[in-house]
Amino acid sequence: MSKRTVNFKIYRYDPDRDEKPYMQDISIDLEPSDKKLLDALVRLKSKDDSLSFRRSCREGVCGSDAMNINGKNGLACLTSLDGVENIVLRPLPGLPVIRDLVVDMTQFFKQYHSIKPYLVNNEPAPERERLQSPEEREELNGLYECILCACCSTSCPSFWWNPDKFVGPAGLLAAYRFIADTRDQATTERLDNLEDPYRLFRCHSIMNCVDVCPKGLNPTRAIGKIKDMMVARAV
Amino acid sequence: MSVVKRTFDAVIVGAGGAGLRAALQLSEAGMKTAVLTKVFPTRSHTVAAQGGVAASLGNSTEDNWHWHMYDTVKGSDWLGDQDAIEFMCRKANEVVVELEHYGMPFDRTDNGKIYQRPFGGHSQNYGQSPVSRSCAAADRTGHAMLHALYQRNVRANTQFFVEWMALDLIRDGDGNVLGVTALEMETGEVCIFHCKATIFATGGAGRIYHSSTNAFINTGDGVGMAARAGIPLEDMEFWQFHPTGVAGAGVLITEGVRGEGGILRNGSGERFMERYAPNLKDLASRDVVSRAMTTEINEGRGCGPDKDYVLLDITHLAPETIMKRLPGIHEIAMQFAGVDPIKEPIPVVPTCHYQMGGIPTNYKGQVVVPKDGNPNTPVVGFYAAGECACASVHGANRLGTNSLLDLLVFGKSAGETVVEDFTSGNLSLRPLPADAADVSLARLARLESQTNGESVFDVGLEMRRTMQKHAGVFRFDALLKEGVARIKDVAERAKTTEIKDKSKVWNTARIEALELDNLIEVARATIVSAEARKESRGAHVRDDAPDTAEFPNGRNDGEWLKHTLWYSDGDRLDYKPVNLKPMNDDTKPIVLAKRTY
Repeated sequence: MSKRTVNFKIYRYDPDRDEKPYMQDISIDLEPSDKKLLDALVRLKSKDDSLSFRRSCREGVCGSDAMNINGKNGLACLTSLDGVENIVLRPLPGLPVIRDLVVDMTQFFKQYHSIKPYLVNNEPAPERERLQSPEEREELNGLYECILCACCSTSCPSFWWNPDKFVGPAGLLAAYRFIADTRDQATTERLDNLEDPYRLFRCHSIMNCVDVCPKGLNPTRAIGKIKDMMVARAV
Repeated sequence: MSVVKRTFDAVIVGAGGAGLRAALQLSEAGMKTAVLTKVFPTRSHTVAAQGGVAASLGNSTEDNWHWHMYDTVKGSDWLGDQDAIEFMCRKANEVVVELEHYGMPFDRTDNGKIYQRPFGGHSQNYGQSPVSRSCAAADRTGHAMLHALYQRNVRANTQFFVEWMALDLIRDGDGNVLGVTALEMETGEVCIFHCKATIFATGGAGRIYHSSTNAFINTGDGVGMAARAGIPLEDMEFWQFHPTGVAGAGVLITEGVRGEGGILRNGSGERFMERYAPNLKDLASRDVVSRAMTTEINEGRGCGPDKDYVLLDITHLAPETIMKRLPGIHEIAMQFAGVDPIKEPIPVVPTCHYQMGGIPTNYKGQVVVPKDGNPNTPVVGFYAAGECACASVHGANRLGTNSLLDLLVFGKSAGETVVEDFTSGNLSLRPLPADAADVSLARLARLESQTNGESVFDVGLEMRRTMQKHAGVFRFDALLKEGVARIKDVAERAKTTEIKDKSKVWNTARIEALELDNLIEVARATIVSAEARKESRGAHVRDDAPDTAEFPNGRNDGEWLKHTLWYSDGDRLDYKPVNLKPMNDDTKPIVLAKRTY
């Protein structure tokens, strides 16, 4: 197998050292075992230990290594290097950069927490499990699998403009995950919580979230269902 | 360097399943608690668990905790402590039902109960036939569990310190534990967390091996910290090699695949497990399956151009079943093996997966050490749960789905014990020694000033390769002896690693260097303990301890039915008895027998 080289342009910024951010050009020869972008980043880091990025599970379930890859948000560990020669890497857009590819996710998690992301059921807990039919459980598919990587919210223009007021696709997907759960009793409160010109209704169905979700989830559809419920209870 | 001090009632290190479960007890009891975690909680490695959590709910097939206890003791090759195993199996239904009440989206049976699937080594009626005991949320059980536990902690207002790495355990002159030092990754600031109770829930150290299903973060931080602070590590020679890691990539393929009917095949398409485990076949215990696979490969019956893997076949299952019960596996096979498992089998090899040993604890989650003639004396103020701890419920080999159960039961139990000790006034805020942060500051100063050292990456690679070669699925006396010397050499080299990056802000080079210190402790403990144990038991199988009439499966209960205790200082080894007596007098002990499936 001939040697494969990937040419990177990587956003670099260390506030401890750099006056301002810059794009670093760097090429790396891949080993045969380097299949994914994360493998290449780990190899790059073995040559230059100052490159900072988050990573953990390397199989697309922990949500650590979200970044902007050739202009589109995605997970480095699920991005194939097959046939790729040039890669431009930037941190997730719209959030403050801490260093290199590491962003400050405080605002993202604040919005997630704002929807009360936990089951509310005030009836005394039964001795055994609460029953739920397979069909009722099926309603949660496509909702509970979110890994909180923030690819969606940081690709959403509405979130870029109002990250403090618009919940964003990840948070709204989580809100609908609890609304859709037959065991949850707080639907009214959850809808009240989103009844506001910004929190829910800043979603204009641009669908960037659907386009980038590494788990193939569809926040826009979930948001549409919440909007329908809002309309239904208004009339 | 001045060090900021923060004071809490309790500090929990780690926010995976065990840490989050423990945190709930403390938060709901109103204790002022800090949970330190080097990654955002939902990024912890519990998230990667797939197949399920064990509980004898009996939703699909008849079941009870006695059968579960028997399977677990047998799975442990009798090295597990029967009081802790009884405690875990009896508590299983309670903690799983609680999790359902927290909102965990378990799959459901037609009558609305929690869905359960068969899993390796779990049986009905003391080994007779497979049982459906694994409570599952598709093949994303760990993800669903970790998020449900995090969400419940959001409700309970638990205080998290996210992206803080704990550095060292603080003990006073009497050995009492007073808290930890920790580094805030965003600022590089070092801080003392001074408290009455410290719970370690830092997970395993699967990254000591080159081929591992484990996440990058699984660097044995708590185990390393405990070892450096003089706490012995228990049974570290026992590592689980999961039968089905994706060949090459190492990514986990759940045993639930075989629970749903998947079959392992060798190069000629034969279902070879029928020869090794006539009764449970592909659902035999993990150590048994991993050894069978390795034997097939070693004897030239592997698959592929180099005959270096076997195939996991689910092409006979209905595509709807695969997409409903194993959607994550479908995705992993496409992403990391390049095959569509509906049409083609998946290439797999045994891959390092789980640390059976760890910080010695009892079933209450108290850390216990030998003192004044009692091998199990609690260390005041110190508790541990989950993979970093050794209760010991897994003994020489863990059954699939017992790890998620372990972290729920013992996370809760450690939390309950802390709350009890706290409310009864048994815990006090003991004075901090003046030098409490000195060890950590010295480690950081060394990294700051080191020149002409090797890179952390190179030394780490040497460690992982050495462990892979010298302490793998099958172990050889000569390789173990050589491995001990090599790991000692690697440990020396790790003392002079050099990092180029000196930034204070989000310096991952520094973090990886500090993690390597912890991994090295684990690697040393593993190879020294393994070299010393001159028998075969569970996951530890040696060439010089074969299956004989006198020693069935190579197991030598006369000499080796005992727990290893390894001390970092001088690689000293000690041993303590296995508890063969269950917790309650009316529970029958599971008597020693040869393990067959």
